[in-house]
Amino acid sequence: MVWSFISRTRGRNRFDLTDWLTWGYLIFGILLMFGPVLWVAMSSFKTDAALSEYPPTFLPLSPQTVIVEGYDEPLPLYEITGGEYEGRTLAQIRRIGLNAQMVDPQNPGERLNVSINDREPAREFSVAWGNYTQLFERFNFMQYFWNSAFITVVATIITVIFNSMAAFALAKYKFRGRTVVFLLIIATLMIPPTINLVPIYLVVNELGIVNSPWGVIWPAVATPTGVFLLRQYMLTIPDDLLDAARMDHASEWRVYWRIVLPLAAPAIAVLVIFSVMWRWNEFLWPLIVLTRSEEFTLQLALNAFQGDLQTSWSGLLAMTVLTLLPITIIFALLQKNITAGIAQSGVK
Amino acid sequence: MAVVELEKLVKDYAGFRAIHGVDLTIEDGQFCVFVGPSGCGKSTLLRMIAGLEDISGGELRIDGERVNEQRAAERGLAMVFQSYALYPHMTVRENLAFGLENIRTPKDEIRRRVDDAARMLQIEEHMQRRPKQLSGGQRQRVAIGRAVVREPKVFLFDEPLSNLDAELRVVMRGEIASLHRRLGNTMIYVTHDQVEAMTMADKIVVLKLGTIQQVGSPLDLYNRPANQFVAGFIGSPRMNFLKMSVAETRAESIVVKEENGRSFEAAVSPEGVKAGDKVTVGIRPEHLEIGSERGHPVTIDSIEQLGGESYLYCTDAGGNPVTIHKSGQTRHRAGEEAQVFLPAESIHVFKEDGAALERLRIGEAV
Repeated sequence: MVWSFISRTRGRNRFDLTDWLTWGYLIFGILLMFGPVLWVAMSSFKTDAALSEYPPTFLPLSPQTVIVEGYDEPLPLYEITGGEYEGRTLAQIRRIGLNAQMVDPQNPGERLNVSINDREPAREFSVAWGNYTQLFERFNFMQYFWNSAFITVVATIITVIFNSMAAFALAKYKFRGRTVVFLLIIATLMIPPTINLVPIYLVVNELGIVNSPWGVIWPAVATPTGVFLLRQYMLTIPDDLLDAARMDHASEWRVYWRIVLPLAAPAIAVLVIFSVMWRWNEFLWPLIVLTRSEEFTLQLALNAFQGDLQTSWSGLLAMTVLTLLPITIIFALLQKNITAGIAQSGVK
Repeated sequence: MAVVELEKLVKDYAGFRAIHGVDLTIEDGQFCVFVGPSGCGKSTLLRMIAGLEDISGGELRIDGERVNEQRAAERGLAMVFQSYALYPHMTVRENLAFGLENIRTPKDEIRRRVDDAARMLQIEEHMQRRPKQLSGGQRQRVAIGRAVVREPKVFLFDEPLSNLDAELRVVMRGEIASLHRRLGNTMIYVTHDQVEAMTMADKIVVLKLGTIQQVGSPLDLYNRPANQFVAGFIGSPRMNFLKMSVAETRAESIVVKEENGRSFEAAVSPEGVKAGDKVTVGIRPEHLEIGSERGHPVTIDSIEQLGGESYLYCTDAGGNPVTIHKSGQTRHRAGEEAQVFLPAESIHVFKEDGAALERLRIGEAV
């Protein structure tokens, strides 16, 4: 059934021009979106040597090496593609000008001279798990993960509570200046975040929460997008329900907590996803507020991989993949709610 | 047990007065119906009593105690909403229990009251369902049940039957009436349907544009409408209105006549009118006698024969529609000319300002 849905065509039984265009466009889109991610994932399993190879390979292939009797270091293996020793696999001892001095691993006594144009590095498929294990062994990955997770979870919870309370008031209470307040909140969307950096930093500094996760959490919890999204959704909750709850002796807090909040669940799911993505991927603000490395979030730790003199690409890539995973999982689990929530909060 | 008193109750919205000083007393145990066309303020008045709308002026008393400033819940009322307003995310049981949980009723007490209400309203087998899974009539019962478990002093109903189909409406009408007989509570019921008002009420309050037109028992309103609006609103089909003028006033009646000279005697008090005044004569479709000579000439446009009764829709010489209700079947045909006679005891006469002249002999009161 799924397949017949996917393979529907506009032309009867055969591919119409629009079908070609649609499929072409969609496949192009998939390549454009997933190509880089896939490349990163593949590259995270490459050794540093394979990463610096040119031309780059898609699969994690690494040059084969062999231990040859009489040599301390493992020697790289080469396939010979031409000349006298064509078809043999030899280990290279050293390169001298346009020639390479090589040795047959089976016969370590004999040295052979091969032109460098006649050899190709022998490669094998090898997964460098070490990229990942070193994150946990040499690098305090769990600490950064915990910092990021703490900020994301706590900020999201507070965001949902604050925004839904503001949205409830704006959607369901009639008070003087309601429209003005709402427009002001929406208007803050027009201010570029970079403009706020300095004033917010001054406030955060004054509160003494620089270099603490709360310095990242508090400035982020009031989001105009969230208030707008929830308010639009709450407008669709009938007033009669709230009146009925009031007749049922419910306090305003209980009306909010037991009636409005559960009924706004689809919109709240959307806000949760947005908030998780924002907080998890946030970079600039944590970079400013958090300066001690034990408070770093994953994004800051990733940045720290990029040193002034050298960059540990293998570690960086492995960590990028690990950083992508939680957000991907959350998105996959809640994506149905996104479409439902957005569709419903848009129209009354 | 509760008496609800409204004294000069006023509701103002920005720049517009919705309720113009309403005075009303609803006795303990009375079934009182607010009726009127849409926009007459009946729902606003009910919501003011409930505490869901602020009172702009005047005083509302329940059992003699001023409650203007009390919150909705504190007034000890329960309300059934037009949309039922069942909490969609809770099961029927949770819906019924919500109000009791809010006032921290003990668990077993909640269970007992909810079960009692469910048994009374025959919704026991649906207790674990959500409102979406119920039919309209079942939802209506749950909404009533939610009011019943609270054991309120006064029940308020805001057009509770308007979302039901005609057949179910008649059934639920009977159930609400029998609920009232069983519980004996004061009930205030809002509707735009005069049939509901006539069949259920002890006392009907007819409202128009935020003012009370008349208060009385159903038959009072039917027999002695205070003005042309009430006369037109109560009774189905609507009362016929004919433009006439006063020909002569007598001791206990007046004579009205049409432009073409035919005249009828009306058994109403001549007070306030004199010969030559323009008046509107009202007569209910069921009181018109068709076929007699020297009557009001009409042309029959169409006929509805229901077997047990018949409706004849006619037009008179002046272009006024005239509806005739006859019990039994009729031999008349559409297109025929006919004469209708207006019996003196059945005629209502309204002055130019709409006020009725008092009826001195009433044909209906057999």
